[in-house]
Amino acid sequence: MTPVLDIKGLTTEFRVKNGWHAAVRGIDLSVNANETLAVVGESGSGKSVTALSTLRLLPQTGARISRGEVGFGGRDLTKLSEREMSRIRGNDIAMIFQEPMTSLNPTMTVGDQIAEGLLIHRGMSRTEAAKEARRLLDEVRVPDPARRVNDYPHQFSGGMRQRAMIAIALACRPKLLLADEPTTALDVTVQAQVLSLLDDLKRDRGMAIVFITHNLGVVAQIADRVAVMYAGEIVETATCDTLFADPVHPYTEALLKAMPRVDRKAESLEPIPGSVPSISARPAGCVYAPRCNYVQPSCAAHPSLVPVGGNHEARCPVRADKGEAA
Amino acid sequence: MIRYVIRRLLLAIPTLLAMLTMVFVLVRLVPGDAAVSMLGDQASEQALDALRARLGLDQPIHVQYLTFLGDMLRGDFGTSMSSGRSVLSEVWQVLPYTLELTAAAMVIGVLFGLPLGTFAALYRNRWPDYTTRLLSLTGLSFPGFVSGILMLLAFAVWLRWLPVMSSASSDPLTHMRNLALPALNLGLIMTAYITRVTRSSMLNVLGEDFIRTARAKGVRPGPLVMRHALRNALIPIVTVVGLYFGTLIGNSVLTEIVFTRPGLGKLILGALQSRDYTLLQGLMVIFAAFVILVNLLTDLIYAAVDPRVSYAK
Ligand SMILES: Nc1ncnc2c1ncn2[C@@H]1O[C@H](COP(=O)(O)OP(=O)(O)OP(=O)(O)O)[C@@H](O)[C@H]1O
Ligand SMILES: [Mg+2]
Repeated sequence: MTPVLDIKGLTTEFRVKNGWHAAVRGIDLSVNANETLAVVGESGSGKSVTALSTLRLLPQTGARISRGEVGFGGRDLTKLSEREMSRIRGNDIAMIFQEPMTSLNPTMTVGDQIAEGLLIHRGMSRTEAAKEARRLLDEVRVPDPARRVNDYPHQFSGGMRQRAMIAIALACRPKLLLADEPTTALDVTVQAQVLSLLDDLKRDRGMAIVFITHNLGVVAQIADRVAVMYAGEIVETATCDTLFADPVHPYTEALLKAMPRVDRKAESLEPIPGSVPSISARPAGCVYAPRCNYVQPSCAAHPSLVPVGGNHEARCPVRADKGEAA
Repeated sequence: MIRYVIRRLLLAIPTLLAMLTMVFVLVRLVPGDAAVSMLGDQASEQALDALRARLGLDQPIHVQYLTFLGDMLRGDFGTSMSSGRSVLSEVWQVLPYTLELTAAAMVIGVLFGLPLGTFAALYRNRWPDYTTRLLSLTGLSFPGFVSGILMLLAFAVWLRWLPVMSSASSDPLTHMRNLALPALNLGLIMTAYITRVTRSSMLNVLGEDFIRTARAKGVRPGPLVMRHALRNALIPIVTVVGLYFGTLIGNSVLTEIVFTRPGLGKLILGALQSRDYTLLQGLMVIFAAFVILVNLLTDLIYAAVDPRVSYAK
């Protein structure tokens, strides 16, 4: 089966002061239809930049995709014109943004904002689109949708805005959904509802989902596969079960240890010391080495992502060897 | 919306009172005796006393204040010392000319300023932006009367396309030809100003997250600007342009004088030259009331553009 999205060697750079620095480097990612790929990693590891590069929504100045390709529907999205991209955006690929408070237009009703994509891509009449907007709001569990479609975003709570964002993204039934922290502003019950809604959509429509999150608890609930990102690189990918049971990369291990769980006391949590280096201060060798407990002299060379068994890949020669020796 | 309008109207009352008090104090702060400066120092003591009594200047200050407030609030601005006609009728007679001029300038400013500012923002830091910015900076740093004189020289004296003096005329075509130069002069200043405000407001809005959301929906550049960016950019533009209105009236006064056009400008100049205190006082109050009214209108337009304002409790 050919994947819906096939990213190869993606490198995206930003201009900082006078130089270009890579925010993400050599990213390889693929997602199949009817599959949810979770992308996890600390703040600043490049999750949003990866998603924004896919849809070519980076800032128009001071940002560039310098290498790699984004395969979608047999085409390389990095080569398309803006006009061709606008036919794909919102139609074949939709994105839910991380910032629900600022991502809606304050001078347009929520209903009109949901209907807009339908008017552009589906050629619906205004009445049909308005009706569909109402149905979508209902689908994402916004109470009293018939009245709420006429509200402006400031009349919505944070959680409701996030649900409105989801409705906008789902409107044209995209083949691929890029969901950037879509459930952060939601309380636990609504979060569970939204996650199960996304799961249903994936199954019913065969949608491919890239689900970006900090929250490993959510990953366990929704993901089929996981990609762990650190400092602009993918450091480990595996199926969800393998990753939780048998992490190879020291960073993945540290993330799992830092994750709160019901069966463990808060004291046993081990926060990762230090933080993700900024894009202009990335180490030359292994990017994780400065924070790593297993560091070896060989870590001064930049490691590549290598298979460690099955579909499991990790970017750590030290631990990969250990895994094979054991 | 109705509640917002009522609240905003109520808020205008203290502003109005403060303004009236200031005019009252200002007029009384003018050094020297008002009666003496009006009649000249040759006048007899009797004549001076009579004038003081007529102006109410012999009353205690608080009585003067209350009488002044009462008169102003009833719309009684007194009679002009020099013409003997009521201040209000003097103003009514020339007000249409000034309003016509400011309105024409505003229309020119909006018609050219909005597209130019948007254009500059869309081509940020490329040559269309630099050109527009240079032009608007030139427009803003030129004093209105200097550009007025230059225009008169160019269009009226040198090219002879338009009249030098823009006096009143009942023929609509002549009327428009008379209006053209002063309106263009004032309109260019307004254009420069609106261009600048639009550019910076537009740049802010284009960097907002919701613009990215719209692009992610597949909205094309045209609708992106018209439907998503412009309306949001208008919010600060309306406010700033409203605030500029006071300056615009000031500029229109200068423009009227340069083009010898009837209007408030000429009236003020006359009142100053003839030391007509009642007329000046009345003009000050009417001017200030006008600015308050425009600010009120600005807030109402603002509320119409931004749903967050009118819905707020
Ligand atoms: N417009 C930009 N200009 C310069 N640097 C940027 C820009 N956008 C992102 N970056 C940098 O790129 C890196 C990756 O950012 P990104 O937003 O992808 O992180 P993230 O993984 O999504 O983090 P979070 O979990 O906080 O959302 C960060 O170091 C960030 O500072
Ligand atoms: Mg992010």
